[in-house]
Amino acid sequence: MTANRVPVLPRGVRCHHDKVRDANVLLAPEKVLMLDGTGHAILTSVDGNRSLDRIATHLAEVYAAPKSAILGDVIEFLDDLAAQRLIDYADG
Amino acid sequence: MAETVRIPAPLALLAELTHRCPLSCPYCSNPFELIARERELDTDTWADIFRQAAEIGVLQLHLSGGEPASRRDLVELVEAAREAGLYVNLITSGIGLTRERLEALDAAGVDHIQLSLQGVRAETADYIGGYKGGFDRKMRVADQIAEIGFALTLNAVMHRHNLDDLPRTLEMAVEMGARRIEVACVQFQGWALKNRGMLQPSRAQVYTAKATVAEARARYRGVLAIDFVPPDYFADYPKPCMGGWGSTGLNIAPDGTVLPCHAAETIPDLTFQNAKDTPLSEIWYNGAAFNAFRGTDWMPELCRSCDRRDLDFGGCRCQAMALAGDPAATDPICRKSPHRALVDAAIEADTVPAPGQQFEYRKL
Ligand code: SF4
Ligand code: SF4
Repeated sequence: MTANRVPVLPRGVRCHHDKVRDANVLLAPEKVLMLDGTGHAILTSVDGNRSLDRIATHLAEVYAAPKSAILGDVIEFLDDLAAQRLIDYADG
Repeated sequence: MAETVRIPAPLALLAELTHRCPLSCPYCSNPFELIARERELDTDTWADIFRQAAEIGVLQLHLSGGEPASRRDLVELVEAAREAGLYVNLITSGIGLTRERLEALDAAGVDHIQLSLQGVRAETADYIGGYKGGFDRKMRVADQIAEIGFALTLNAVMHRHNLDDLPRTLEMAVEMGARRIEVACVQFQGWALKNRGMLQPSRAQVYTAKATVAEARARYRGVLAIDFVPPDYFADYPKPCMGGWGSTGLNIAPDGTVLPCHAAETIPDLTFQNAKDTPLSEIWYNGAAFNAFRGTDWMPELCRSCDRRDLDFGGCRCQAMALAGDPAATDPICRKSPHRALVDAAIEADTVPAPGQQFEYRKL
């Protein structure tokens, strides 16, 4: 089941708070991605232990929103990063 | 009326730590007049520059050269950059990196390594780099990079002599454990322009390469991210050079000269400031060279009234200088440029190799 996959940030990719622009960014090889609130919330929940499903549960609690919708957003966002090799999946 | 240009904070700094390099690639982006070791900035000055860069908004630092490993203080420089809060990318040929040094660089916090590739076998690679044994040494360094687990991009510079090896180049990137490859066709500035007749690929090679890249992007999805820089002579529109002059990043030469791009010194009449004497923020926001081609005021009418002007910013200023003799001209690559015929003529002339032609290697 795809929601059991565990996303992890590989070496060379890290979150950073940009003080000058007062923004959260993802730093990666030859890339700086400006993160919106959702992107930042998802990426800071990626800790190498939580599965996609557990990340969605966690965010649903924090934002008091329906988990099913959040899970879809989480998978879409992280799958796109995985296609660019900016995150990896370990099997849960 | 003159427009007011809102100047964004810079995102990237390319630090050319040294011009020294064991290789002598005939397309090297260093200038003809290379800066000698005695004139290189010292460790503390670079460390101060890194702090200033972070303060004005730079997020990513590219440690480049020449060969940055030729600096004995490379590990200290990486430590200083990380302390300043920068993401550190090391751009290297691999020559001069031992296992021990790589481990020290790892401990110092290098975020990512970009390893250059001159060719997929010793014969081609050592001919291009002008350095015998270079390929074998590079392959050993690549193994060590993988063993330590650095994030790796393979940076393959492509031209007539290796474009046919593109499929193997991509395979090698995967075998090395690179997550990303840059397939960068040579851009004709400086040394590369001198050697254009030896480097320009044929039209057929370019078509095949484009098809190979399209197919490989699908096949290696999620395995290898592929960035492709096609040769611009074969394009209809120029590239958005530097994402727009003075908009994204700065380059600092080994002696501290601050440049809007690595080739900016080929434009006469521009004056450059030195980071030893002037704060970086002053140079970025008020420096004459940085303001010379910001915004759209400097553009010829052809570009100013064009709907692509915010996509390509009129192309490369250094190329306009080199081919049209005017840094404020429309990039001659553009089909609408009155100078485009020069580019078409160059393609015709260059892709029929002259007998007995030789590389003019970069030299100190
Ligand atoms: S392009 Fe070649 S010669 Fe120039 S710095 Fe890089 S490795 Fe050295
Ligand atoms: S005319 Fe100028 S802005 Fe328009 S496509 Fe050509 S180079 Fe770009």
